[in-house]
Amino acid sequence: MAKTEKKARGKRAQPKGPALQFGGKWAYAPAPESTDVVTLRERYDLFVGGSFVRPKSRRWFPTVNPATGHSLAEVAYANAADVDLAVQAAKKALPGWRKLSGDDRARYLFRIARILLERAREFAVLETMDNGKPIKETRDVDVPLAAQHFFHHAGWADKLELLFPGAAAGQKPEPVGVVGQIIPWNFPLLMAAWKVAPALAGGNTVVLKPAETSPLTALLLCEVFQQAELPPGVVNVITGDGATGKALVEHPGLDKVAFTGSTEVGKQIQAAVAGRKVDLTLELGGKAAHLVFEDAALDQAVEGVVRGIFFNQGHVCCAGSRLLVQESVHDTFVQKLQRRMARIRVGDPLDKNTDMGAIHSQAQLARIQELVQAGVDEGAELFQPACSLPRHGYWFAPTMFTGVTQSHRISREEIFGPVLSVSTFRTPDEAVQKANDTSYGLSAGIWTDKGARILWVAERMRAGVVWNNTFNRFDAASPFGGFKESGFGREGGRQGMRAYVRMPGALLPG
Amino acid sequence: MVSQSAFRVPPVDAVALETRAQDLATRSIKQAAKAEGLRMAIAMMDLTTLEGMDTPGKVRQLCQKARRPLPSRSDVPGCAAVCVYPDLVEVAVDAVAGSAVQVASVATGFPAGRTDRRTKLREVELAVKAGATEIDMVIDRGAFLSGRHALVHDEIAAVKQACGDAHLKVILETGELKTYDNVRRACQIALLGGADFLKTSTGKVSPASTPPVVLLMLEVVRDWFLDTGHMVGVKAAGGIRTSKDALRYLVMVAETCGDAWLSPQWFRFGASSLLNDVLMQLERLRTGRYQRPTDFSSD
Repeated sequence: MAKTEKKARGKRAQPKGPALQFGGKWAYAPAPESTDVVTLRERYDLFVGGSFVRPKSRRWFPTVNPATGHSLAEVAYANAADVDLAVQAAKKALPGWRKLSGDDRARYLFRIARILLERAREFAVLETMDNGKPIKETRDVDVPLAAQHFFHHAGWADKLELLFPGAAAGQKPEPVGVVGQIIPWNFPLLMAAWKVAPALAGGNTVVLKPAETSPLTALLLCEVFQQAELPPGVVNVITGDGATGKALVEHPGLDKVAFTGSTEVGKQIQAAVAGRKVDLTLELGGKAAHLVFEDAALDQAVEGVVRGIFFNQGHVCCAGSRLLVQESVHDTFVQKLQRRMARIRVGDPLDKNTDMGAIHSQAQLARIQELVQAGVDEGAELFQPACSLPRHGYWFAPTMFTGVTQSHRISREEIFGPVLSVSTFRTPDEAVQKANDTSYGLSAGIWTDKGARILWVAERMRAGVVWNNTFNRFDAASPFGGFKESGFGREGGRQGMRAYVRMPGALLPG
Repeated sequence: MVSQSAFRVPPVDAVALETRAQDLATRSIKQAAKAEGLRMAIAMMDLTTLEGMDTPGKVRQLCQKARRPLPSRSDVPGCAAVCVYPDLVEVAVDAVAGSAVQVASVATGFPAGRTDRRTKLREVELAVKAGATEIDMVIDRGAFLSGRHALVHDEIAAVKQACGDAHLKVILETGELKTYDNVRRACQIALLGGADFLKTSTGKVSPASTPPVVLLMLEVVRDWFLDTGHMVGVKAAGGIRTSKDALRYLVMVAETCGDAWLSPQWFRFGASSLLNDVLMQLERLRTGRYQRPTDFSSD
């Protein structure tokens, strides 16, 4: 039974003086989104060669609603034989698909995007049920952005020569081939879109493996592929666990592997493809820093920091999990943050007024609890607002540590949960040095009213995405990816497309 | 004269402020919470008529509406105040006598504020003498935009003095200040000048009240309270026409300033056509049926 403490631990004494009262006068009535729009099957099969097929493994496993702890459905388990069938299907589909004109491929992508939007509510509700994230995020972020990725890449499909000039005369950018794609559980549908859309635009065929704990929206996406009459085998979706992913990565039929997930697994994948002619892109973990300077618009910076770490329960690789704040405004800023954190509505993810939903799994909850305990043990000061958490399912209150130093585990290890670690700096140099003092390098957020400082700091950030006076903003046109242990390769925009074509005549493949 | 440096304020980031306002606008207010919110909105309303065409008859109609917005329902509260031009204050005072409805008078050369200081003060004095318990003054936007902030401040302070016991609402006319940084600074000047309420707009300039501007003003009065222990109210005026709009403002109040401000004493709507839409929604909630606009008196 997954339970966190019902009440805040070690709640910090509020500063003396005037105090505000909240929530006693006008309580919002429950506003749950209806689940009628979703039809769950009892069992989901594998999607291979354009139709759903029973797994050779003869095994199915449950997928759980994190907000209740109850099983939603059973999902087929793909073993090595199933993986092989999927790769063969993708291989078989490749010649026909790559031969299509870019214009024709674009039509399929546009169609997928349109159907996705037509069924937006269904996808949003199912994503919330399977993942635990609030409906307001699936409705306003995950689903629209997923559709945008298909629209965006539909536009590239017939313009690849314009995108990548410089191929030898008369030659065009070519597809890489059969691509194995493994995606994480934190943005199940969105990550599927990030992976599939550029692959199809480039003329590749795909074997996609969704995360073990959140496979349902990727399987619903297969229905969309069918509706769009995508040729059989162009996209195949196989569900399973780490062993399934391993079998996929090791399959000799692949030309490229794209992975989003933990740094640990990323390293194993890199080892597995070493010595083979297989392209690789990795989008891994992060430990991003916010740098809040004393001249920043503080109220808006508070909003950005909250969005940066509590969006999607902090299950975001680019989450702003470290807050570096200039010493002169530290106390003011922390007080503002504490007040704001107390306003975060944690609870039923299907309620339209919920700001923070359930932690995705028992295992993730255990990891968060372990690292928060480490923060306490190492002497950082814990703050959690008083908030009542539901009794069933997996929950964790919004959490902030102050007095964190560079050597604390909570400022070095990725927690992947709603936990913010606050430390201070005195000068811009020190801010930059501390922000870069990490083995990761996915993102950073700069908060200052001074344009020149934004440029000065951004230039020195060893991070793939640097947000200025905003955070966690995504767009299909903007490349996303990391430095250092956050991986390599980009997704989105022109740079993202590059990973899915090969340039004939170029000195090096890839 | 106060030194200019007293009016230095923290910067405001426009994009992030608007994002937050938009975020709060997605709150879904249903059932009991909706009914409660709508009743609150009525009790916070300054029913307003500010036209050249205004007559004693028109003002009396408005006052009756403010006293009993929905005569058939005793659970529907009265409005907070009626807001009129100074020459109609006496009529309004007479028409609301015996009720809790306050009489607010615009003053200081409303809406442009382009008269001499002595004229402005005299106008305030006369309105108070005629029985106005609330004065809605306009700031000198010309002085503000030309950087003469101390002048704006001193004028507010002088008007506050002329108000005596009457409550002073300071209209910033945010639609003419254009930037959130200007709004933030004008708020600071008004607070230092002694405002009891910060008010967005005259209703004569577009845009009038907008959610991000009101969110900013709420953050300002919240921080002012935390710094000084002194509560100041906020009035969103102009452009608020639907129940949905009103509930969105109340959500901002509830989640920015909290319970204390969810009261007619500290938050007001300046509006004329809003009331009937709120009544219509309230009756729909009570009866379960959509209402016709013609079921409600148009005053």
